[in-house]
Order: sequence, then structure tokens, then C-alpha cells
Amino acid sequence: MTGMLDMDFIDFMDISTLTHVVPPLATTLAALPALPIAGINWHSVLFLLFAGLACGFAVGVVAADNVVRMALYLVFSLGATAGLFFLAGAEFIGAMQLMIYVGGTLVLLVFGVMLTAQAPLVSIKPSSSDRTLTAVAGASLLSLLLTAAFSVDAWRGPGVGVVPAPSATPLGMALVGVRVDEPPAGTPVGGRVGYMLPFEIVSVHLLVVLVGAAYLARAKRRRTPRPIDALASAMPVEPVTPVATVAPVATVAPTGRSAGGAKSALVGGGR
Amino acid sequence: MVEFLIGLGLPGWVAWSIAAVVAAVLLLNVIAGGALVFIWAERKIAARIQDRLGPTRTGGRFGWLQSLADGIKLLAKEDLMPEGADGLLFRLAPYVSFCASFCAFIALPFAFDVVGQRLNVGVFFVVAVLGLEVFGVILAGYASASKWSLFGAMREAAQVVSYEVPLGMCVVVPVMLAGSMDLVTIGEKQAGWMSSWYLFHDPFTFIIFWVYVTCAVASVNRAPFDLAEAESELVAGFHTEYSGLRWSFFFMAEYGSMFLVSGLAAVLFLGGWNGPVPVAQLLGFSDGTGESAAYVVRFVGLANLMGKATLGVLFMMWIRWTLPRLRIDQVMTTCLKYCTPIAAVMFAGAMFWQLFLPGGLFPGWGRPAGEIREGWLEGPGGLPAAASPVEDRSSTLTGGEPVERAGLATRSPR
Repeated sequence: MTGMLDMDFIDFMDISTLTHVVPPLATTLAALPALPIAGINWHSVLFLLFAGLACGFAVGVVAADNVVRMALYLVFSLGATAGLFFLAGAEFIGAMQLMIYVGGTLVLLVFGVMLTAQAPLVSIKPSSSDRTLTAVAGASLLSLLLTAAFSVDAWRGPGVGVVPAPSATPLGMALVGVRVDEPPAGTPVGGRVGYMLPFEIVSVHLLVVLVGAAYLARAKRRRTPRPIDALASAMPVEPVTPVATVAPVATVAPTGRSAGGAKSALVGGGR
Repeated sequence: MVEFLIGLGLPGWVAWSIAAVVAAVLLLNVIAGGALVFIWAERKIAARIQDRLGPTRTGGRFGWLQSLADGIKLLAKEDLMPEGADGLLFRLAPYVSFCASFCAFIALPFAFDVVGQRLNVGVFFVVAVLGLEVFGVILAGYASASKWSLFGAMREAAQVVSYEVPLGMCVVVPVMLAGSMDLVTIGEKQAGWMSSWYLFHDPFTFIIFWVYVTCAVASVNRAPFDLAEAESELVAGFHTEYSGLRWSFFFMAEYGSMFLVSGLAAVLFLGGWNGPVPVAQLLGFSDGTGESAAYVVRFVGLANLMGKATLGVLFMMWIRWTLPRLRIDQVMTTCLKYCTPIAAVMFAGAMFWQLFLPGGLFPGWGRPAGEIREGWLEGPGGLPAAASPVEDRSSTLTGGEPVERAGLATRSPR
């Protein structure tokens, strides 16, 4: 990772020296192809820039001790990843990355702010045993991923370049059941085996999750009635109540009546 | 432009860099210059609506230099930061807000092919990036170490996250009608007379346009949805603690977003850069008649789109100074109980309309016959639909890939 960053640094040093030296325009133009900078593959430079940003901010997420800052670094890291997608010409996936991951982190950020706006939680420092444990787990995962990535032969050579005119249309067509890539052998007519079923299963699954969340989060209705309600419902429905015989009713009923009267008076006054 | 520069003898990377810088500077000027003009306009409009005169002195007759004077004042203001503030985030927040607003302009076309970067998924990109602006607001509210700011930021977060849902639904309808998420293609599909604008495509799109307007106003945080600022309750909401240039970045981001959602509305529903009357086509100009004619057509289109977007911004100012502010529960009710269901029903309605009445109520009116259907089978340009509808159906689907391989040559995907 440090290697990547160093490389970026050198490249941008070159640019800055270029802009500092300002000979007349014509000679500059003539000299441009001869400069060593002209031979640089700018695609790789931008790739390294975005990759470096993503890695750097990912480290920042781990190193920061404030939830909001962590979320911010995560946003930058994910945004740089979206930049990688845009660089590769996969605009749809890049926009998806922005929409889902960066937008999802937004909600994380909101919760972070809501939960940690108080002083004791502003700074979170894990214990050293936690740090060791996560470091071991992270390192083993990273080594696993790296071995897997380097074992793919096709990824080791130079890239094949940008796919011509990438489009979101094949993705959408595939979702509604039309395979536009190479259909596997033995598929029925015209390779009309798309991703409709998985798509539907996933959406039904999400729907179930949503319904469950709404069920869990709904406002619970009060099971035990308040004493005054219980009293009111227990009160016999008689138009004329002898005041002297039933003492509790006598204490409740006039207040209720007066409150109602006051309310109607208020409403009438408002209108 | 890149080809032109390469033709001058420049190496590729210099040409690309120059083209990128030119586009970026132009877009930056759209935001900054637009903010200057719109702030002045807002003050004048507010004054007139409240039976006042507004600025009258600075710069002569109508006070038209007022925002420039304000800008100089802002530059000269002391830059304060509260003591308990999170310095890094406090400094960063205005730039995050502004960058999000600015990035979305990259994909917004100003005329046919006059676009920072023509994206295949332009609509999606703009909506996604526009949602990031709220990051700056939340960071500002958190980092300011002030309760007013925090309240404002939380309100803004709740509002923006909820309004993204109906906004997305509204945006999907023109995408469905055009069969493309490319903003340039969507705009070009509405060429011709005013009746071919998607606003007048069918009753459902007409209604959903107003839902879009509501959601757009809410998503750029303008009155009557300006709970995040709410001067009468929260001092100034999320930017209570900001002053000087940093504050003006928030302001520019707000005006930039206003212009952006108006421009998006113009492209999606109001015909984009196509005027109400196709003057250029009637006179025989088109993009194909020649280099200079194409430039003229594009310039007229640019003026059209700018005019429509400006009208949209003025409309937002009008409702800002007309309607009272909503409470937070009213904001949520508007979003969840009205905007979302209406948008969903209108989406379904527009879909069935397109299915059963693809030519409109009066076939032959407004829309050229070739533009009726199968938009998704066109090439990336989206232009030759009217010219050769038959050939167009068999054109490439995946850009360069033969259709036979896709197995779509003879089959209608519907």
C-alpha cells in the first residue's frame, strides 16, 4: 500500500514541476511528447490513485476512534471504490455503489450521531485484546483474499482494456429474463434463462424482512387501560345518576363533563 | 473537443486534461454565476411578494450587484469555529456538500451532447449523487457542537432519506417511457412539438410531474420543507455556527442543487433542450445539416434548457415565499401518505398507458411514428429512431456485440 502511495506522489510531483516550468507555449507543445510524463499510462495512475484512496480511508476507518469520523472515512473509501468502477467503465455499478453503499452509510452516520452525541461515547477505544484479535482475523482474511486473487492467471497479466460501449441494458434485460451473455450449453430456446427467479426470490425475501421490521417496530397498543378509563367503562350507563349514593362516580363525572365542555368551548372559540 | 485538440498535435493526455478542465470550469461557473443571479432574484422576488422593493441601490437600478457586494462581505467576514467543534469535520462539511452538488452536474446535459460526461445511467447517477449532499449537512450539524445544528441535521437526514423513495419512483417514469437511463437520449426522445414532452405524454405523467416537483423541493431542502434551517425555531439550523466563506459554500450548494433538480425536471419531463416549437427543425436545421448549423441548434437548445431550469428555480422561490413551513409530522405525512402512493399508482398507470395506448389518445399527433416503441433496442445514440425504425430494431443491443448472439434479432422482448 505504501508503494502505491509513493508512486502517486512521484507522478504528481512530475505534474507540478511541469506546471512550474512555463516556457513559451509553442516550445512547450513541441516538448510535450518528449517528456517522460507523456509515456505514463494515465489509466493506471488514476487506478492507483483511487485504489490508494480507498485503502487509505479503509485504514482510517479502523484507526479512528470516533464513530462519525469512521463513517465519514467509510464514505470516502466507498466513494473511491465507486470511482474505480467508473474508471473501469462500469457506470451502472459505480452509481449503484454510490446509491446503496454510500447512501447506506448515511443511515449509519445518522445513527452514529444520534447515539454518540453525548460526551462519554464520543471516543471509542477498544481494549488491546480486542485489537489483537481483530488484527489476527483481518490479516488472515486478507492473506486468504490475496492468495485467491493472485492464483487467478487471467488477472496477472496486463488488462485487456475497456470493454467497448458498456451499457446497463444487458443487466436490465438479464433481470427480466433475457440472457445476453453466452448462454450455457443445453439451455432451452434462445437461452431464455435469465435471473428472473432469483430476482423475485430476493425481492420477496426483502418484502418479508420489511413486514417483519414494521411488525416489530409498530407502536404497541396499551393493553392495560388507565384507571380513569377503567372507571369510565365500569360506570353504569344511566342518564340520571343519583349523586349521593355512588360516591366515586360523582367525583369523576363532573370533571369529565367540565373538561368536555371546556373543549367544546375552545373549539367553538377557535372557529 | 478532445479530437479537436488531438488534431492540433497535442498528445492525448494533455488534450483530455484540457477538455476536462474546460468542462469543469464551465460547470463551476454555472453553479457560482447561477448562485449570484438567483440570490439576487430571490431577494427581489421575496420583496415583491411581501410588498417591498428589495435591494435597490447597489449597482444602479435594480440592485443587481447586490449579491456581488454580499460575496465581498462574506469574504471579509471573520471565520469562526465553536470551541467544542470537531475541527476536521467542521471544515470538511461545506466542501462535501458543495462537491456533491457539483458532481451531479457532470451528468446533466445542457443541450444535445453538451454534457460534462455522457453517462449510460445518467439519471441514476444524478439521483445517487444528489443524495450525498445531505452528508455535508449531517457532518456540519454534528461537528458544530450546537444543539440547534444537531436538530437541523437530524431533521434534514430524516427528510432526505424519506423523500428519496418517491423521488426515485417519479424519475423512473420518463426512464420507462424513453427506454433509457441516458439523459441525452431521454431529452432527444422528446424532440418535436410541445405535445411530445413527457409532461403531456399521458395524464399519469402530468400528475407525477407535480409529485416530482414536491419531492424535488423537499430533497433540496427549500421552504416549505426547510425544517433543517427553520429560522424561527433553530436559529439557522445546521449552519448556525458557520460564517463567511464556509457558509457561502452551503449556500452555493443549495442553489446549485436547486438548479440541478430544475434542470433534471426539464430534461425528464419538459422536453429538455427542445423548445415548445421546433423552430430549428421547421427551418431545416438539424444536427446533421452541417457543423455550424449543429452549433446553432445546440446553442438554442442550451438557451432552452437554461430557461426552463431558471423557470423551475423561480417557481421554487415563488412557493418558498408563499407557503408556510410544514411541521416534521406533516413533512413525513406528505412523503409517506401522499407522495409515495401517488407516485406508485401513477407509475403503474403510465406503464399500462404505454402498454395499451402506445400512440397516445390521438395516434399520429405529436409523436413521430418511429419513436413509439422499442426504445431499448436502439443504439446508444437514440437518434435514428424516426429515420429507420425497421433497421433500428435489429441494431446492436450491447454495443458492438452482434444481435444474433444475443438471440434478439427476431423476437420482440415484450
